[in-house]
Amino acid sequence: MIVVLAVTVGVLFSLGTYLVLQRNLTRIIIGLALLSHGGNLLLLAVGGKAGDPPVVGGDPADFSDPLPQAMVLTAIVISFGVTVFLLALAYRSWTLNRSDDVEDDVEDRRIARLGIQEQEEQ
Amino acid sequence: MSVALFLPMVLPVLAAGVSMVTARWVTVQRVLGVAVVSGSLAASVVVLVGVDRDGPQSVQAGNWPAPFGITLVADLFTGIMLVVSMVMLLAVLVYAIGQNTDRDSRVFHPVYLLLAAGVALSFLTGDLFNLFVAFEVLLIASYVLITLGGTREQVRSGMTYIVINLVASTLFVTAVAIVYAATGTVNMADLVTKLDTVPGGLSTAIGLLLLVVFGVKAAIFPLFFWLPDSYPTAPSPITAIFAGLLTKVGVYAIIRSQTLLFPSKGPDALLLTIAGLTMFVGVLGAIAQNDIKRILSFHIVSQIGYMILGLGLFTIAGLAGAILYIVHHIIVKTSLFLVGGMVEHTEGTGLLDRLGGMTRRAPLLAVLFLIPALSLAGVPPFSGFVAKLSLAQAGFAADRYAVVAVSLLVGLLTLFSMTKIWAGAFWGPPPEDAAPTAKRAPALMVGATATIVALSLAVALFAGPMFHLTEEAARQLADRTAYVQAVLG
Repeated sequence: MIVVLAVTVGVLFSLGTYLVLQRNLTRIIIGLALLSHGGNLLLLAVGGKAGDPPVVGGDPADFSDPLPQAMVLTAIVISFGVTVFLLALAYRSWTLNRSDDVEDDVEDRRIARLGIQEQEEQ
Repeated sequence: MSVALFLPMVLPVLAAGVSMVTARWVTVQRVLGVAVVSGSLAASVVVLVGVDRDGPQSVQAGNWPAPFGITLVADLFTGIMLVVSMVMLLAVLVYAIGQNTDRDSRVFHPVYLLLAAGVALSFLTGDLFNLFVAFEVLLIASYVLITLGGTREQVRSGMTYIVINLVASTLFVTAVAIVYAATGTVNMADLVTKLDTVPGGLSTAIGLLLLVVFGVKAAIFPLFFWLPDSYPTAPSPITAIFAGLLTKVGVYAIIRSQTLLFPSKGPDALLLTIAGLTMFVGVLGAIAQNDIKRILSFHIVSQIGYMILGLGLFTIAGLAGAILYIVHHIIVKTSLFLVGGMVEHTEGTGLLDRLGGMTRRAPLLAVLFLIPALSLAGVPPFSGFVAKLSLAQAGFAADRYAVVAVSLLVGLLTLFSMTKIWAGAFWGPPPEDAAPTAKRAPALMVGATATIVALSLAVALFAGPMFHLTEEAARQLADRTAYVQAVLG
């Protein structure tokens, strides 16, 4: 079971990393969601064997650790909230620009142009 | 004392809720905001005085015993950072009220208070996961603040800022998971002993992962590219508080984790290399820019290098220098951005080729710029000189001449780019198409900025007592037993 979790975490991280490196905003947001799922799942897997109940009933030796579960709940809520904010921002970007691509920094481009001009003059 | 440890964080959170409900009455929001940040400042002073007298203090939330519950802990370093941050938060809040930033957007006050709470919690927290939560609180507040106007430029740069910070946060969760898997605890005092049982390779990996996570927030080389791009687009008071505090929270986390969890026996070559490169690349970036806020943003990066330099030496003198440098930097950087904001407010632009001749029209503004600018470059007798001198002495004492030489060269280049702002905005003829009737800066904006500038002069004036305090803080950082004892009993 833990191997399945480990492989899933690996797959989520690799897919997430690939998507975050894209130019397209929607893909970046999906990539970030996958990345944070990967992180959360890893934190959950740390708590011990899957399927054991935390704290309730039975022998304490069979409990899975409740602390990572509490932490992962917090982390899920945080990543959920931030993803929603990011989606709102992406919508705002779409209404302003009618394009879903991440733009270049204007000032960076200006300075890069200056460099090219100087090279041509020499 | 134990109540005072909670207050700097709890007061702003509660007030943020009230401020949200009273969004219709901006005066209520203003009074509440100023009162609560003043209250947090008072509590922070109590904390600082308490730890100075009795050594590190801790408090367990809900009386859950230490390695399991939520621990808040303060030593001298925490106390110093808390007090300086709260003073800055208060001054910038007054400045923002003067500029009417809060009238334009009614969520400003609640979000600003949450930012204050996040900053306070990240200084006070005693466990790694809580540090993650504190980071998220202050980051989410900063996401809202940096895109407050919702303009095209803000959305573009805000996006970069949010995405890079989210990636760092995900790495932080991963690091917490790995730490918990390896040791079974996230309490930092508990980790001090438990990390010794972890195999060396794994321990190094955890240390480096945390360095990357905090390094993104602190904008060290090569993780700083987001900063000069995103900071300048926000409204001036917001840029000022980000510039003063947010990266320094990252630096605080680096210093705390490296000294407490992964202390090095002697100077750390990796950290010193990072320090040198951060200083040098940052200042080179600043020289190429034309906009006041962008020049200052690149300088933030450059200055972070000095703090990492002090940490990298891993001596008492180095750490003391780094803490003094952080105090000096927070004050000076905030005031420079506030002056930059006033220039934009009165002249309508921050582009150097559209400005000129301001010494005649706004002599007070020129003085308020000149003092922190010279201080940033490290010209005697200002606070930057004192801080840089203590770092250089610590570097010489540890026989690390190369990185000290780099830091001195960077000081010279800093002076060069400050003269660029000075010559562009304050000296020289005013541009021909300049607006004939420049506005005057409101009294509250001038007052808040003047107070901070006076504070930076006070740091230089009382450099002796200040250095004693930071030296004591550094000693507490180097000798971890008092910290561990305060938490675990």
